Amino acid sequence: MTHPSKEQILFLKKRKHEKILITVCRILIFVLFLSLWEISATKGWIDSFIFCSPGIITQTFCDMCKDQSLFTHIGITLWETIASFFLVVVLGLGTAVVLWIFPKLSKILEPYLVVLNSLPKSALAPLLIVWLGANQKTIIVAGISVAIFGSIINLYTGFHEVDKDKLKLIATLRGTKLDALFKVILPSSVPLIFSVMKVNVGLCLVGVIIGEFIGARQGLGYLIIYGSQVFKLSWVLMSIVILCVIAMVLYSLINLAEKLYLSKRVSHP
Amino acid sequence: METLLDVRNVSLSYHTAEGETQALSNISFQVKKGEFLAIVGPSGCGKSTLLDLICGLLTPESGSIILSGFQKGKDRAEIGYMLQKDHLLEWRTVYQNVILGLEIRHQLTQERKAYVNHLLALYGLDKFRKSHPSQLSGGMRQRAALIRTLALQPDLLLLDEPFSALDYQTRLNVSDDIGKIIKREAKTAILVTHDISEAISMADRVLILSKRPAVVKDLVNIHFSLTNRTPLESRNAPEFKNYFNLIWKELNDHDTSLEGTNPVSEKEKA
Repeated sequence: MTHPSKEQILFLKKRKHEKILITVCRILIFVLFLSLWEISATKGWIDSFIFCSPGIITQTFCDMCKDQSLFTHIGITLWETIASFFLVVVLGLGTAVVLWIFPKLSKILEPYLVVLNSLPKSALAPLLIVWLGANQKTIIVAGISVAIFGSIINLYTGFHEVDKDKLKLIATLRGTKLDALFKVILPSSVPLIFSVMKVNVGLCLVGVIIGEFIGARQGLGYLIIYGSQVFKLSWVLMSIVILCVIAMVLYSLINLAEKLYLSKRVSHP
Repeated sequence: METLLDVRNVSLSYHTAEGETQALSNISFQVKKGEFLAIVGPSGCGKSTLLDLICGLLTPESGSIILSGFQKGKDRAEIGYMLQKDHLLEWRTVYQNVILGLEIRHQLTQERKAYVNHLLALYGLDKFRKSHPSQLSGGMRQRAALIRTLALQPDLLLLDEPFSALDYQTRLNVSDDIGKIIKREAKTAILVTHDISEAISMADRVLILSKRPAVVKDLVNIHFSLTNRTPLESRNAPEFKNYFNLIWKELNDHDTSLEGTNPVSEKEKA
């Protein structure tokens, strides 16, 4: 192996410095924001009753961890989100496949899908509560309703962007439509499916929180609404922070699954 | 020799909302068993459409395409079709790619697998069977695509400009390579191309189509005074230039009186 040139070493050094700078700045912003918030609250520059403070939020977090009530709330929201996410993936993929197999059906249904997709789904939530009752089922359905139509449209459009000549190849080998589906359409759509999943997990969380706002007795959405009504702003802000973490973790999990799948596919499928 | 393919008075039009375009008009020709026929014509004249018709992906609006003399015990002729690009599936290994046809047709028998392995070994892809297509060179990809086609043991091979996606040097080598393989496996083949040199270097006969709507302008027999003819050597043969000029002239001859009414004229040029 040859030694890297002076210029190369310099270039690598510069790149490393840049990386460190970016990380430091990111952390600095976070720390500055928190300390400014904390100081403003203790000095009385802002009303800590309305704006709360990082210290109070941490205190609330520890208290609720001790009496374990927080875990119930997190667990319920998490379970509802994951349940609606899986249903969206299964139903979305299934519907997109059916639409791909029957192009006439997809043409007929297209305007309905477009309308349902652009409809603000939060408007449906009160209706769902009336129809299905104030229970977990409703909240899961609310989560599904936010993500399902967009994912059907995205997946179906993606199926159509697959190279037509690859489908011709299957036809020249006298394969059926199902062969085309399983040997070309689905395998080539895996990256698309993952990217749709990444969007969906966030949307499902939105739907679940909307559902919990209206019809729940437990969960982070409930905690936010109830906290704001009784002016326990620490509950509200803590729940928001936890939601950020949940969203990030779920997204990273899918990202990880995608990376694992793609590396496996290339090395030894 | 036995006639394998008989194309009789085939016509086809494309239909869109804007109107219809006649692509092929009254095309007739025959291909004998073991023969290599090249079809040349200006781009967009419907050459590929003709292959789609022969393969059965499209049905002619009039006329007939009859395949005969195929292997005993089969209800229809096996047709192998090589498209413009290799279309190897990136998520499959080379081996999984070459058995794609067998998999689709549920013919993954020991005998067929052995044949595929034999082809892979014979044509230098044995070491790459577990590799992914992206790790192969353009020429090797094309070989893999050919093996995928040959795996079904076709009676007739259709080649739709299979080298057009390659750079010139690779193209010469690959066409030489594929030409030899086809000869060695004793396959009947139809090659569609707009490259006159490629057609002459590989084919026994060259069918010249006019611009759209395509009619058969001429059918040229290619004969070289070479003892062991390969595509690359053919290019150096003294007759090559004459054939080239002849076909070039035919392609550039815009004689409108030929259109639509031309019967097959099978002249002896050689």
